[in-house]
Amino acid sequence: MTRNGIATTAGRIAKAMCLLALWLPLLAFASGRVPKPVIEIDKPGRCVEDTATMRREHPNLLRHQRDLTMHEGIRTRAHSLKECVGCHASTKTGSVLGEKGFCQSCHDYASVKIDCFVCHASKPKLAAGAKP
Amino acid sequence: MSADANNDRGRRRFLAVSAATLGGVMLAPGIRLIEIAGARAPEQAVSRQIRWGLLIDTNQCARGCDDCVKACATENAIKSGGNPRTDSQWIRKVELKDLRRGRTHSVPVMCQHCEHPPCVEVCPTGASFKRADGIVLVDRHICIGCRYCMMACPYKARSIVFQDVVDQNPDVPRGKGCAEACSLCVHRIDQDRLPACVEACAKAGHNAMVFGDLNDPRSEIAQRLAKFASAQIRADLRLNPGVHYQGL
Repeated sequence: MTRNGIATTAGRIAKAMCLLALWLPLLAFASGRVPKPVIEIDKPGRCVEDTATMRREHPNLLRHQRDLTMHEGIRTRAHSLKECVGCHASTKTGSVLGEKGFCQSCHDYASVKIDCFVCHASKPKLAAGAKP
Repeated sequence: MSADANNDRGRRRFLAVSAATLGGVMLAPGIRLIEIAGARAPEQAVSRQIRWGLLIDTNQCARGCDDCVKACATENAIKSGGNPRTDSQWIRKVELKDLRRGRTHSVPVMCQHCEHPPCVEVCPTGASFKRADGIVLVDRHICIGCRYCMMACPYKARSIVFQDVVDQNPDVPRGKGCAEACSLCVHRIDQDRLPACVEACAKAGHNAMVFGDLNDPRSEIAQRLAKFASAQIRADLRLNPGVHYQGL
């Protein structure tokens, strides 16, 4: 084999590996091997902001609202954590936590520690007379 | 306290009164720049015009009755962690006896919601604060659990949470590692409801607790304070607590 031949073979292998590198993630996604967050929305209807805004901005919205509520007693419902929990708690577990919980599944996926629920209730308040 | 600080406080009070007077000036018949008292919309911030307070009539408070303590625990989801020494205590019943005359009192003691709260002065992070309407609170988002406020409070009103908390009331977030105390049921006040202890006392038929706006001369609490002798605990500290005791 000539030197040229070796170079061509090496080039082919490199090309094949590049293609594989591009295709593998796609293949993996298509085959469902990559774990994705479970986003189960039980209650139909619209959220207070559009999905893109909520995905990116929900920590800021919550932080802004918490300061207003805590220090100024402003208890509007739109961006309050209580309302998030009230709407997004799973109908099965009654909570936003748990493996498939609305908050926890995404936060586990993104590896972001969620410490709201050390203090805040992860389940909505039961209506008077209702049983858990 | 130095004379300077006293002067400063006096000046601030004068400025506050002037601002209130200006704000209360009628712009046109029936329209004021700042509406005094009255129900507040959810998007409206708390007003400096209001100073929430409690009046506890020790003659009405029944010995052995702890309905207020129980109601507080239910409302704020305070459960015993199994060790009374480390349990949170937002309100407690205190039995007092005059040793010379033998007269006994039984009174509930909770955060006294001081005008000049020492817990706020010592807090290194600003977590302990006084809301504009006079309610002293802990912002648990900022609290680092250092317990300076517990040391500073002359009423032993603050507790620290030692154990994980579960099943909180959604309106009352509370958790491990934060200082806490009576919030005058701030979540209920913001909805124009009475604190849980006051409601329970009325339900038990004792009516020993009156809640209201100390600044509003038409309120029951202000009228009773104007009519009857009352005392603040450790009034010598000049913290001007919002909780007043009648017959003590």
